[in-house]
Amino acid sequence: MRPVTIAGVGMHPWGKWGRPFVEYGVHAARAALADAGIDWTDVDLVVGGETVRGGYAGYVAGSTFAQALGWNGARVATSYAACATGAQALDTARSRILAGMADVALVVGADTTPKGFLAPNAGERWDDPDWLRFRLVGMTNPAYFALYARRRIDLYGATPEDFAAVKVKNARHGLANPNARYRKEVSVDDVLGSAVVADPLHLLDICATSDGGAAVVLVSDRFAKERGLTDGVKVRAISTVTPTFPQTVLDMPYLSTESSSVVPAGDATFKESLARAAYEEAGISPEDVDVAEVYDLSTALEQDWIEDLGLCARGEAEQLLRAGDTTIGGRIPVNPSGGLACFGEAVPAQALAQVCELTWQLRGQAEGRQVEGARVGITANQGLFGHGSSVIVSR
Amino acid sequence: MRPAVEGWFTTGDEPALVGSQCRSCGHVAFPKETVFCKNPACAGDEFDDVELSRRGRVWSYTDAQYQPPAPYVPRTDPYEPFAIAAVELPEGLVVVGQVADGFGTADISVGTEVELVVEPLDEELLIWRWRPL
Repeated sequence: MRPVTIAGVGMHPWGKWGRPFVEYGVHAARAALADAGIDWTDVDLVVGGETVRGGYAGYVAGSTFAQALGWNGARVATSYAACATGAQALDTARSRILAGMADVALVVGADTTPKGFLAPNAGERWDDPDWLRFRLVGMTNPAYFALYARRRIDLYGATPEDFAAVKVKNARHGLANPNARYRKEVSVDDVLGSAVVADPLHLLDICATSDGGAAVVLVSDRFAKERGLTDGVKVRAISTVTPTFPQTVLDMPYLSTESSSVVPAGDATFKESLARAAYEEAGISPEDVDVAEVYDLSTALEQDWIEDLGLCARGEAEQLLRAGDTTIGGRIPVNPSGGLACFGEAVPAQALAQVCELTWQLRGQAEGRQVEGARVGITANQGLFGHGSSVIVSR
Repeated sequence: MRPAVEGWFTTGDEPALVGSQCRSCGHVAFPKETVFCKNPACAGDEFDDVELSRRGRVWSYTDAQYQPPAPYVPRTDPYEPFAIAAVELPEGLVVVGQVADGFGTADISVGTEVELVVEPLDEELLIWRWRPL
């Protein structure tokens, strides 16, 4: 796949600001355009990441952002893919650029979130799996994270102390990140001393929900040459593959998996297949990766992702963690931004925020959290209903 | 009292989850398919009800120490935590349910054999749960 140039990236700091999502999105968009040195009036495609928490304006996020920036006649699209929304929006922009149908694409995702657990939309919906899981079982998102975490303990010998060490590492990584919501050192004792939410996960093992906004500007080769932007970080792959039947790993928001009784399970899980498709598209392998931003909805999930991305063998992520390999300065730093541990999740912005961070890392602009000499970065992310993404960027 | 979702499980002395079996490819699904077979190589649209095995092994487990948000309906005030198990059945699928009344996370581990029971979900509805053996 031909690489596409990232001309600019920008974010609105994560927090619990309580303002409409459009304000964060416009802030991030203006920051990304300023970073690129491109005027809004030059943008010919806007792709918005939908939020389900902003009413109609959220459902048509692309046009909401375009109108807020001032109608400029650009084409518009809106994507929704749960937590992978930002990556899917980026892929839409990339596709149109590669097809020669856009020169400057602005991709924006932003969210404003309620306090506490993410709950389903209101109303009685006995045919909606996302409603039924709460009504019938009381399955919150952290309950799913806890099921995966428990398997790491029982199958691979991980411990709650290991999970706490992931939080300690990410908290340290995020200390100097101006866009992070939580910028405070955390100790293993702090994590283990926080309330258990869903055994074996403590409150500090689980990411919060946050307000935030992120934006990426992609440009065509033609435009990049014209403006001298050809040295920029390049998008090498965007994987948004769906699962393969039978999906035998329990996935949110379902109460069951597909059966392997007639068709046996394949050789890769869904999350592994997301990464494999990205590596294949970029024409690289896990050994080529210098830095990773993975979706640490829980501390234990970061460990799962490290294995899903092929950065080590199955069951060996705790060895990497304990050796300091995943810390900045180690063999393969993971979540130098501080990850969701320091950000909390702002759903439609989060996959874009991962790309923003890798862009800064590869440019050498990640002040106070720089992975020295990083040339190739990968993201990993998974959402509800068979959505997920993995993006590879390089110098 | 009646099942929380009609047709999802039987009640009585030996309750069981009711899945579907595709008449074309034999694929078993729970909750049951009524329209399209999920096997991408199969265009089947006719299904038979099939009772799933009542016993399986714990794939993983957890608990809910904080009250889940609505539409979860708490059974007691103040809220009392409950355990949850994801159970692998011989039919090759995993089904999540609460752990039976009187049992908690200390009573199970990955691999524990459990059996399906039916218990009250609230004052009107019944639900399946997993009881450690």
